[in-house]
Amino acid sequence: MRGQGWRRDVGVFWVLARAGFRRYSTYRLATFAGLVTNTVFGLIRASILLAALAAAGTTIAGYSDAQASSYVWWSQGLVASVGLFGWSEVSDRVRSGDIAVDFARPLDPQVAYLAGDLGRAALQALARGVPSVAVGALFFGVSAPQGPAVAALAVVSVLLGVVISFGCRYAVNLTSFWLVQNRGVQLVYMVASGFLAGLFVPVHWFPDWLLVVARCTPFPSMFQAPIDLLSGRAGLGEALPILGVQLAWAAGALALGQLLTRRGRRVLEVQGG
Amino acid sequence: MADLRTDLHAYRTLLTARVRAQTAYRVSFATDVLGTLLVGLTELAEVYVIFHNVPRLGGLTFAEALMLFALANISYSLADMLVGHLDTLPAFIRAGTVDAFYLRPLPLLAQLITSDISLRRFGRLGVGLVTFGIALRINEIGWSGRNVVVVGLAVLSGTAIVAALFVCASALQFFLVDASELTNGLVYGGAYASQNSTQVFPNPLRVLFTYVVPAAFVAYLPTVVLLDLPGATLLPAWLGWCSPLAAAVAWGVALLLWRAGTRHYQGAGG
Repeated sequence: MRGQGWRRDVGVFWVLARAGFRRYSTYRLATFAGLVTNTVFGLIRASILLAALAAAGTTIAGYSDAQASSYVWWSQGLVASVGLFGWSEVSDRVRSGDIAVDFARPLDPQVAYLAGDLGRAALQALARGVPSVAVGALFFGVSAPQGPAVAALAVVSVLLGVVISFGCRYAVNLTSFWLVQNRGVQLVYMVASGFLAGLFVPVHWFPDWLLVVARCTPFPSMFQAPIDLLSGRAGLGEALPILGVQLAWAAGALALGQLLTRRGRRVLEVQGG
Repeated sequence: MADLRTDLHAYRTLLTARVRAQTAYRVSFATDVLGTLLVGLTELAEVYVIFHNVPRLGGLTFAEALMLFALANISYSLADMLVGHLDTLPAFIRAGTVDAFYLRPLPLLAQLITSDISLRRFGRLGVGLVTFGIALRINEIGWSGRNVVVVGLAVLSGTAIVAALFVCASALQFFLVDASELTNGLVYGGAYASQNSTQVFPNPLRVLFTYVVPAAFVAYLPTVVLLDLPGATLLPAWLGWCSPLAAAVAWGVALLLWRAGTRHYQGAGG
């Protein structure tokens, strides 16, 4: 019996993930538009990093021109999948009271939204990630992981990055149970996550004290970690510690989400019948 | 004359209502302002992180880059405060409620712009203003008549250019309801580019962000004039004096696009 229930849950998870994928693939023009934006920002970011390298006249924190360019295009490819742009779906549902419907479903809301988010991430990896990296590779050159074993681990690392990011975004969304308008919290989260994840400048370029601050947060594990593996900066030896830290953050973020879901369930009041 | 007074009175009443509405929930309002303050601080931190590694970037020292950052942020937050709420237009279009605006005896753009003012942007404006004060000090810039004119022109034209970019983005929404990101590329890309020295760009991008999207006129070129810096390839120093011209052209294009957009729009029925 127990085994069957488990199998059913996996089935539901798979269906929800596919629904998430399909939901985002409906808007083709929007997806194409996202790709254009990605490319423009990639050009600006690459220009800034390359200008900095030219001014330094040497490598910065181990980044040469080629590595800086790889970093920019891999990160432009990952940014949509990892979801560093903010997300307020669950917040909106808490505010409107629709979250009560999610609570009434047989699947835990956190698991259900995780499934949908993984589907979204997969679609964006294909529709935005691959073309962004291809544009970078074609016009600027992008370096690859160190061998097939690291490549496989890099894929796992990307997946963990998405899970950590989802876990944190979900927790931030749930602050809506206690705040009438959590836009400020969302904004702070979005900005802090982008900066500390290494979206604008690689985390390795940070001064020592800021590096320590960044490493005390889950953000580098969402973004810089998979990019280090994808771009060949980190090899097989470094891969396992990187994945270990990511696993710890993923577990922590999901646990926090569970805790907030349970607390929020108790404070939720929905009017009407 | 009386008409204008009535209109201004109406605008003031509306803004007072919006201000009261936005400040009604104290904690939410405080976190909103804190949010934009942190946006500003984070962008400042990005500048700092890069200059932690290099002495100059795009021909500017850290002190000079602070002036550029300050002017760019002041203009961006003012524009965002005044017209940033135009990005709600796609929601109005999708819901079909835009029709109601067409019936009122005021141009659609004027109605939308005067419909709100986003007080929370004061956080980011604060960061810009404080940085400006610091940048004046460390660059040893005095309040001579010339400098007052340069700063005044920079803020006015910079705000106007960023606002024009927002209007362009919004106007294109009439054509591309669900593809707002297509315009984000140029609009927010332009805004992002305007916060950096235009000299970091290779020549084709320099042309794009100076002569097509006038991002260089927002802060980089005025900074060059204010601090008396040398020009660069495709970016002569005197170009900084042309910011008002760039702003006028940007608004011309924005208004033409807006007109095409409003004419293209067909009601959702009902």
